[in-house]
Amino acid sequence: MKERRPAVDGWFTTDAGDVRLLGTRCTSCGTPYFPRNELACRNPGCAGPKDGSELEEYALSNRGTIWSYADARYKPPPPYVSADPFVPYTIAAVELTEERIVVLGQTVPGVGVTDLEVGMEVELTTGTLFEDDEAEYTVWMWRPCARG
Amino acid sequence: MPAAKEIAVLGAGMHPWGKWGRNFVEYGLAAARAALADAGLSWPDIQYVAGADTIRNGYPGFIAGATFAQALGWSGARISSCYAACASGAQAINNARAQILAGLCDVALVVGADAAPKGFFKPVGGDRPDDPDWLRFRLLGATNPIYFALSARRRMAVHGATLDDFAAVKVKNARHGLANPNARYRKEVTAEDVAESAVVADPLRLLDICATSDGGAALVLSSMDFARRHGAGDPVRIPALSTVTPTFPKTVLDLPDFATDSAMTVPEPERPFRSAVAHAAYEEAGIGPEDLSLAEVYDLSTALELDWYEDIGLCEVGGAEELLRSGATALGGRIPVNPSGGLASFGEAIPAQAIAQVCELTWQLRGQAEGRQVENARAGIAVNQGLFGHGSAIITVR
Repeated sequence: MKERRPAVDGWFTTDAGDVRLLGTRCTSCGTPYFPRNELACRNPGCAGPKDGSELEEYALSNRGTIWSYADARYKPPPPYVSADPFVPYTIAAVELTEERIVVLGQTVPGVGVTDLEVGMEVELTTGTLFEDDEAEYTVWMWRPCARG
Repeated sequence: MPAAKEIAVLGAGMHPWGKWGRNFVEYGLAAARAALADAGLSWPDIQYVAGADTIRNGYPGFIAGATFAQALGWSGARISSCYAACASGAQAINNARAQILAGLCDVALVVGADAAPKGFFKPVGGDRPDDPDWLRFRLLGATNPIYFALSARRRMAVHGATLDDFAAVKVKNARHGLANPNARYRKEVTAEDVAESAVVADPLRLLDICATSDGGAALVLSSMDFARRHGAGDPVRIPALSTVTPTFPKTVLDLPDFATDSAMTVPEPERPFRSAVAHAAYEEAGIGPEDLSLAEVYDLSTALELDWYEDIGLCEVGGAEELLRSGATALGGRIPVNPSGGLASFGEAIPAQAIAQVCELTWQLRGQAEGRQVENARAGIAVNQGLFGHGSAIITVR
């Protein structure tokens, strides 16, 4: 079996079997950010120092509801790495209940637009984005929550 | 009316949109000459040139102001070049407007032109793993149509839009564009044609999504004093141009975002981005949506045109489908939207598009929009949204 590597470093974690998006959070006003914002809190009303020292790493919650969804029927241009032949994929925009932030992600393979609805509960997992001779490269993906 | 802040539109000109396969400078030059001729001015009369940049045509595109000035023949005019994604043309107009209103020049030329690649827009070249525009393709495969489709699906779920509504927008805009000599597509489209076109990003089909085009557009702008001296007693005027940013937290997904801002700690702004852009222009012009005769809106997708109806105040939020179905936004209706044919009939030539919108408003307000004329047009708005928080609203009156 090939090695599995994140397609991007530091954007998500699978430690403790729990998949979480990694962002940052302002210790001064509490605003969470994804992708990580290390430069300065962007809340104009925040009274923090705004020099980056107010931002700490933060693992976002991993459940939310679907804000919208769409699929890709045609091969996108690079730098997307497409399988040959091209495999269509679905993207969901998910509002994390806790952070009230809408985050894009592909849905797991096999979950298409006919399986989704706006408002549906989903959770975070990981899946293979692409592979080469050496490794499978993984990314965060959304999957419907188990029913019941 | 804050009349002191108005400028005059003396000339408008375009190179027809298409897929001509030639250099973008040629389109810009043709548009500039047409605008100069329309204004009754010659190139040496121009004191300031504002170029709207294209990022897909090499270095000459990044310094478009100089590129067009050189093509017209170095004249010693002052110049600027600017890029603001889809709002580049509006920014160029605003640069010229600021120079005129500040009294730094009397008459200016604004030019934008593009030669667009085939197919999906992709990020500019090279591996740039710290650029969100590169990363959205790499990690998500989130092409522009994906974002359009996410908005469209959201509209269906929240406001009950149907695929028939989206098709109706295309049918309307295709009909509007039939008589426009500058439109790329001048062909009737039926709802069946839309339904039979390939799904690109469900729920949107090929005919729901605007193409990428070659084209060029130009305007000659001047102070009101210069217009009077030049014998233009009743020119089309621009009393307002807004380019405001979104307000934190921005809670609507836009290209090329991976995520919205969080609304956990700060309440959502009173007006979302597109609506804020339009509102600022209305405030500046001292008019409201009820005063409009027509609107040119950025229909990157058919569904997005419906969002714009609400954003520019033609109806309440959630009322766009009813407004469309009533026929109000078709030529002959209460408030025709995209009488030019819109992006549906043009395809997008990025830095030229916002300028082309003002060309159309100009011809409409002068009564010169042959075959697509809005009766007694007195006021119009042109709105646009680009990437990374650039957008614009321009109001023209006569």
